[in-house]
Amino acid sequence: MEQFFTILGTWLGALFTFAIFSFLYKDNPFYKTAEQIFVGLSAGYWFVYTIFFILIPNLYNPITQDFSANWIKLIPAVLGIMMLMRLIPKTEWVSRFPISIVIGTTSGVFFLRYLKSDVLNQLTATMINPFLSDNWVIIIGELMLIVGTICGVIYFYFSKKHEGALGVSAKIGIYFLMVSFGAAFGYTAMARISLLIGRLQFLLGDWLGIIHP
Amino acid sequence: MGKSKQIDRRWLFLLIFVGVALPLIFTIGLPIETSKNVQIVYDLVESMPKDSKALISFDYDPASMPELHPMAKALLKHCFDKDINVIFTALWPMGVQMAEDIISQLQDQYPNLQYGVDYVNLGFKAGGMITIQSMGKNFRKVFPEDTNGNKIDELPIMDGINNFNNINFVFSLSAGAPGIKEWVQISHDAYGRPTSGGCTGVSAPAMLPYVNEQKQLTGLLAGLKAAAEYENLLQAPGTATSGMDAQSMAHLIIIIFIIIGNINYWRNKKSDKKGDR
Repeated sequence: MEQFFTILGTWLGALFTFAIFSFLYKDNPFYKTAEQIFVGLSAGYWFVYTIFFILIPNLYNPITQDFSANWIKLIPAVLGIMMLMRLIPKTEWVSRFPISIVIGTTSGVFFLRYLKSDVLNQLTATMINPFLSDNWVIIIGELMLIVGTICGVIYFYFSKKHEGALGVSAKIGIYFLMVSFGAAFGYTAMARISLLIGRLQFLLGDWLGIIHP
Repeated sequence: MGKSKQIDRRWLFLLIFVGVALPLIFTIGLPIETSKNVQIVYDLVESMPKDSKALISFDYDPASMPELHPMAKALLKHCFDKDINVIFTALWPMGVQMAEDIISQLQDQYPNLQYGVDYVNLGFKAGGMITIQSMGKNFRKVFPEDTNGNKIDELPIMDGINNFNNINFVFSLSAGAPGIKEWVQISHDAYGRPTSGGCTGVSAPAMLPYVNEQKQLTGLLAGLKAAAEYENLLQAPGTATSGMDAQSMAHLIIIIFIIIGNINYWRNKKSDKKGDR
C-alpha cells in the first residue's frame, strides 16, 4: 500500500509539474487547475500547521499542563484575540493595540541588532589596510571594496548637487551599483536554472528512471 | 522596435529545457573549481575536533530543495565523517521535514548513527531572531523537548549544552528570512560563535557582504554551484555535481541569447535611424 502511494505521489508530482510548465506555452485550464489546487492546499496546510505546531505547543499545552508557571502566556493570547477583532468592522480599532505593541517591540529589538550587524560591523569591515597582502589581486580587491563602499554611499547622498568631485564619485558609485546588479542578475539566473534542474532530475530520475543522480 | 523582429520567447524556453535535460542524461563532466568561500566553510568543518557540537538550522522549505538539499546533505556527510555531533533546529516550519529527509537519505551510509547521541532534531520554533536570542540565553527554555517529545535533559548529545557558548559552530541553510542574517546578528555578532551558512543563489548577493574581515560569516555556500564544489571537496558526487553540466549549458544558452539580443537591438536601432532619414 505504501509503495502504491509513493508511485501515485510521483505521478501526481509529474502531472502537476507539466501542468505548471504548460503556462510557458500559454495560459490554459491545466495550469489554472494546478495553481488553484496549490493555493488551496497551501492555505489548508498552513492553517493546520499554525494550530498544531504553534498554538497548541506554545499556548494550549503550557497553560493546561502548568498554569501557575505559564499564566503569563495569557497576555499574548489576549493580544492575539484582539488582533482577530480586525475581522469585524465595528471592533477593528481594537487590533491597533496589539499592532502597536508588535511594532514597538520589533523596532526596539531589531534597531540594536541591525545597527551593530549591518552598520557598525559592515563599516568596520571596510576600514582595512589594503596594502598588507603580498598578493596584488587581493590588494586590488580590497582597494575596490573601499572605493566602492565610499562612492556607493556618496551616490545616495542627496543633500548636495552631484557635481565636481562629488559628481565624479557618485558616477563611480553608479558603476559599482551596476556591477552589483549584474552579479545579482547572474545569481538569480543561476538560482532559477537550479530549480529547473531540480524538477528535471525529478522527472528524469524519480518519474521516468532514466537518470540516477 | 517591431514585434516581427523578435524571436518568440517560447523557442528560448524550449531550448533551455532541452539544454538542461540533455546534459542530465548524457553527462559531460565539466571541471568544478573550488571557490574561496566554499573552501572556508570546508576548512571550518575540517578544523573541528571529534565530538564537537554543530548547530545546523534548516531555514528553508521544499521550494528551495534543489539548491539547498544537496548542500545540506554534503555538509552533514562531512560532519558525520568528522564525528561532529549535530543539533538540528529550524526557523521555518517545514525545515523540520527537510532535516528528517536528509537524515533518512544518509542512514544507509551511516548505519551506526544514533539519534540523541550523534544527532538530534529540536524542531521548529516560531519567532526568528527572538528565538535565536532566547537560545543564546538558554536552549532548554526554547526547546524543552525534541521533535519526538523526548526531554532534552534525557538526551546524551545535549549534555552540557546550555547556550551558544557550548556550540562549536552554527550553520544556517537559508532560503530567506528568517535565516542566515538573523543567525549572524545573534550567534556571531552578539555571542561571537563561528557562524556559516548556505543560501539560494537569489539571496547570495545580500549575504556575501557578511563574509568580511569581521568574519560575520565564516564562508558561504551560495547556490547549486557551491553545493557541487562542496561535494567535489568531499569526493562524494551527488545531485549538485550531476546538475552542474546542465547549469553550465543553460548559462551558455542565456549568454548566447543575450549577445544575439543585443546585436539584434543595435541592428534594429540602426535600421530605424535609416528609416527616419
